[in-house]
Amino acid sequence: MCLAVPGKLIERDGHSGTVDVRGNRVQARLDVVPDVRLGDYVLVHAGFAISVLSDDEAAEALDLLDDPDEAMPHDGPLMP
Amino acid sequence: MTARSCHDLCRRIARRIEALPDRPVRLMEVCGTHTVAIHRAGLRGLLPPRLRLVSGPGCPVCVTPQTYVDALIELAGRPGVRVATYGDMIRVPGRSTTLERAMARGARVSVVYSIMEALSLARQAPAEQVVFAGVGFETTAPATAVGLKLAADERLANFTVLSAHKLIIPAMTALLESGDLAIDGFLCPGHVSVIIGADAYKPLAARFARPCVVAGFEAEEILRAIDLLVAQLADGRAEVENAYARVVTADGNRRAWALIEETFEPADTPWRGLGTIPGSGLAIRAELAHLDAARRFGLEITAREDDHGCRCGEVIRGAIEPPECPLFARTCTPANPVGPCMVSREGNCQACYKYSRAL
Repeated sequence: MCLAVPGKLIERDGHSGTVDVRGNRVQARLDVVPDVRLGDYVLVHAGFAISVLSDDEAAEALDLLDDPDEAMPHDGPLMP
Repeated sequence: MTARSCHDLCRRIARRIEALPDRPVRLMEVCGTHTVAIHRAGLRGLLPPRLRLVSGPGCPVCVTPQTYVDALIELAGRPGVRVATYGDMIRVPGRSTTLERAMARGARVSVVYSIMEALSLARQAPAEQVVFAGVGFETTAPATAVGLKLAADERLANFTVLSAHKLIIPAMTALLESGDLAIDGFLCPGHVSVIIGADAYKPLAARFARPCVVAGFEAEEILRAIDLLVAQLADGRAEVENAYARVVTADGNRRAWALIEETFEPADTPWRGLGTIPGSGLAIRAELAHLDAARRFGLEITAREDDHGCRCGEVIRGAIEPPECPLFARTCTPANPVGPCMVSREGNCQACYKYSRAL
């Protein structure tokens, strides 16, 4: 349940933003990462960005997601 | 991850274990995502037999008490009430049924990805009472905190939260205090630690003299954390180390923690399999009592359980492995689960069934 996925913040409107998660656009609240900037990578959990990643961290995290052996198994829609 | 580095780590861990006194070394993970990763990568089979990886109460769905599920089912059947819940909860058995089966009989249940969707449901249907099922550890609680604050600011009169939010460190403490199972060290959860910070484990490590290492979710990251734990045991150290430093800081996310403290206060709360643990739950603060579904609807969540022969309670505590339950892979399977540990994708029973059943 504590799954969190990395993505890039591509739009921001106050406390909300659009995060690009490997080509999927998801809405995320930004309340707990108030200093996030457009273009930053964030970890998204249950519709909330919970941390801002450095570019290196994001590259490493995205590499893991892109590796089919490492991707988390999904039986249906991604739940938090 | 490279096979090479995993191989090297496993060899190093094996050498360290050989140098330790000849007794089992038991390391507990308290994170459902770790449980799945360990089973899926087959890590138990790569490590020396004397090193036992034990799954603890790390799956929030699994530890949610049966009476909480019963309360949600009862609420969803009341006229004019809708329950909004993360999808993980709908197949978890209450005393006699699940939210999913109640839905099939007409109970109003909406599966949401985020509390923001639950708030939207409430705004769109002012005549309906929307109850959000607040389930999850520290990773998820900040989202509920924000939802509560938004509902308060907007004076939403038809939105409440039924909180079953839990804190992981009081559960780790309760397991050590009970003394009924030997745990030599903890693999600490990655995304809970994003919020609470690695330093949050320091009092536990010091009080019980148990090493704690925060771990990421890749096989190599988990092995690196295990290596650090075993090295500490070899040196007689009991410290907190952070093997997921690319994401977890020493202090955690202070803004998220402040939001939790503004909206919740620690409360004694029941866990499935563990009973009531002091200070282990998050209850909605008195100032926000009008948003507390337990108060609005007069609900009481207790530790009472009817187990139907299911031994999930012992699995959650790490006291038995899933195959030791007489129902495992017989009457209890992912398609037809009896207990929450087989329902949840992060439950130890489902992970064991899917990836390690041949063992």
